[in-house]
Amino acid sequence: MSADILALSWDSLDNLWAQSALKSVGILAAVLLPAGTFVYLFLFKMVSFMQSRLGPMETGPYGSLQLLAEVGKFLQKEDIIPERADRLLFKAAPYLVVSTVLLVYIVVPFGPDMTFISGAMTGGIFFAVAIASVSTLGVIVAGWASANKYSLMGGLRAGGQLVAYELPLILAVVGVVIQAGTMDMQQIVHAQAGGSIFGVDLIGNPYVLTQFLGFIIFMIAVQAELAQTPFDMPIAESELVTGYMTEYTGLRFLLFFIGEFASAGAFAALGATLFLGGWAVPAAWTDLNNNLFNLLGPIIMVAKMCILGGLIFFVRFTFPRLREDQLQKFAWVILIPLSLANILATTILKVAF
Amino acid sequence: MTAVSDRQKLAYVNSQAADGRVNLEFETQEGMTLNMGPQHPATHGTLRIIVKLDGESVIAAEPVMGYMHRGYEKLTEVRTYPQVTTLVNRIDWLGSFANEVPFILAAEKLMEVEAPPRAQWIRTILFELSRIANISLFVGDMALHIGAMTAAFYAFRDREFVLNQIEAVTGGRFHPNFDRIGGLKDDLPKGWIADTKAAMEKIRDFCDEMDDLVTGNEIFQARTRGVGVIPADVAQQFGLSGANLRSSGVDWDLRRDQPVGLAWDQADWKVWTHPDGDSFARFWVRIQEVRESTKIVDQLLDGLPAGPIMAKVPRIIKVPEGEAWVATENPLGEMGYYVVSKGDLGPFRVKIRTASFNNVSVVPWVCRGVYVPDVVTILASLYFILGDIDR
Repeated sequence: MSADILALSWDSLDNLWAQSALKSVGILAAVLLPAGTFVYLFLFKMVSFMQSRLGPMETGPYGSLQLLAEVGKFLQKEDIIPERADRLLFKAAPYLVVSTVLLVYIVVPFGPDMTFISGAMTGGIFFAVAIASVSTLGVIVAGWASANKYSLMGGLRAGGQLVAYELPLILAVVGVVIQAGTMDMQQIVHAQAGGSIFGVDLIGNPYVLTQFLGFIIFMIAVQAELAQTPFDMPIAESELVTGYMTEYTGLRFLLFFIGEFASAGAFAALGATLFLGGWAVPAAWTDLNNNLFNLLGPIIMVAKMCILGGLIFFVRFTFPRLREDQLQKFAWVILIPLSLANILATTILKVAF
Repeated sequence: MTAVSDRQKLAYVNSQAADGRVNLEFETQEGMTLNMGPQHPATHGTLRIIVKLDGESVIAAEPVMGYMHRGYEKLTEVRTYPQVTTLVNRIDWLGSFANEVPFILAAEKLMEVEAPPRAQWIRTILFELSRIANISLFVGDMALHIGAMTAAFYAFRDREFVLNQIEAVTGGRFHPNFDRIGGLKDDLPKGWIADTKAAMEKIRDFCDEMDDLVTGNEIFQARTRGVGVIPADVAQQFGLSGANLRSSGVDWDLRRDQPVGLAWDQADWKVWTHPDGDSFARFWVRIQEVRESTKIVDQLLDGLPAGPIMAKVPRIIKVPEGEAWVATENPLGEMGYYVVSKGDLGPFRVKIRTASFNNVSVVPWVCRGVYVPDVVTILASLYFILGDIDR
């Protein structure tokens, strides 16, 4: 295998091993770059600005190497496993969380040919939403295996939150799927770039405009899926210490941390693809099949992800936290009826026009 | 195994002290016992609260105190009178100067000394400044406990204006040790009055900002309104004082009701009460209190009398035999000192009445049937300082 990778040249790109290796590196880049950007840009700098403090300044230019320092710090820490913990599950849980985040990115397109899966993936968004909810399983496992009451309560809260907020998330996505007529993420991007709003195709049809209600519901549900304030009850540091992460140290804590911000990136990528037009710019401006977009696409995509990520973290550091019963009530009484009404309206308009 | 009768079991359990009583109550009920503290973010210190849970709802809650007991009442017996103020600074460490005042007043009462008017006015100003420093931190702290981290940073930032003013006079941000029997250690520094007025303006802006950011927030209101309701009669039975009592609708403020020689009656201000008695009321009343305090400080600075800051007292202070009780309205509630003197250099016995001890004693009553997050809300809104509970 290693010989194949070493023998990599542009001619042998059809080679299966070479492609797989490239895609693995690509996935890691796609996960870690946005996660790192989010942590530095939003968690370090934007929040420091909001809270009128300085944030990291000394490590590298404008503190940009702080992230590496933090990783180094976590790697040095002692790895503690509680005596009564379920050792296997305790060790497996962080990897479960991180690996599901990696899998979400598989179906997200970053350019006309910049996809991780060759050919059409007809069930793309279905796969992404399904696999994203598996990470909550890792959280529940972590809460149970820690043998700690705070962790257990955090894990169970995360489970309740998943059941409540997976529904509005999926229902909000259904509106987009109806409007685009496909579940393939690449086709959804093309539908937005080539679409038109009442015959005006100047800016295409980014669904954030025509599916505005769906976009709001999607972002609220994402906030809950990511367990960010005002829905951060699974962590709730003033009540449950740090919820399911209470007993984790060192590398495993780091993995949870990466998982948290990488999934923020993953959901921002999904949101950017579904509502902001993904890697493309409106088709009226240029030819989207131009090879240039394989280079520009990822940049456009990350810029759009940063807009959504900024929104997520802005809300996180502005609002107080809801209570668990209020969260459930909000989901079942307000969000789900609203998203059902959104689907109904979308369907009627789709048939009418 | 030898047979143990229920009576023996009960006798054994009854023989235990506070912990034993807690265990008996908790082990005989269904549910999960959750130990909040002694090390827990919600208790900001080492208060332990044993919570009996059924799912997320609380069946019973019991505070266990004493993890930070430092024995100040006993320590005062081996200190001279001027040395005691250093100790009592550390009782409520966020409003330190306010702790010194009632003790000094009690000693002055025994010695039949009265501080000159200027000293009394400056005492009142510093007292109110320490109240502002204390309660403005509460405002951020309460928001932090409900999950809004940003407000806490604003509170720390703006409290600094007041701490700077306290430091400019006393030399200490936290533990001034500035009050003396018969007056004060020093006069105000040059330019302090204008600076303090500017700081008061900033604190009023801070209150407005917190109203915009926290008080009016719908999530904050959903989390606090109707949570931890303490009716007026219950509040009085548990001996609550300060803003906790006023937010239950009891119009009671020692600054207004009980003349102790300080200058509160020289200013025009208002005692705010709230009829609801819930966590939101306690938050709201405290914000209003900060506003009123800034008004008091402004007015007293305008009318500050000239003159000496120290009465004639002997160089070596010996307090004549007698007993005195002086209580004042401290940031956390009623704080009082019962000083017994035998005519020595130091007090024979001092009983310190602190507000937080009584304020926390209402926790078992008010925490029945609420959810776990509400316990945190209630603890934050009752606003205790650990040093003030355990002293």
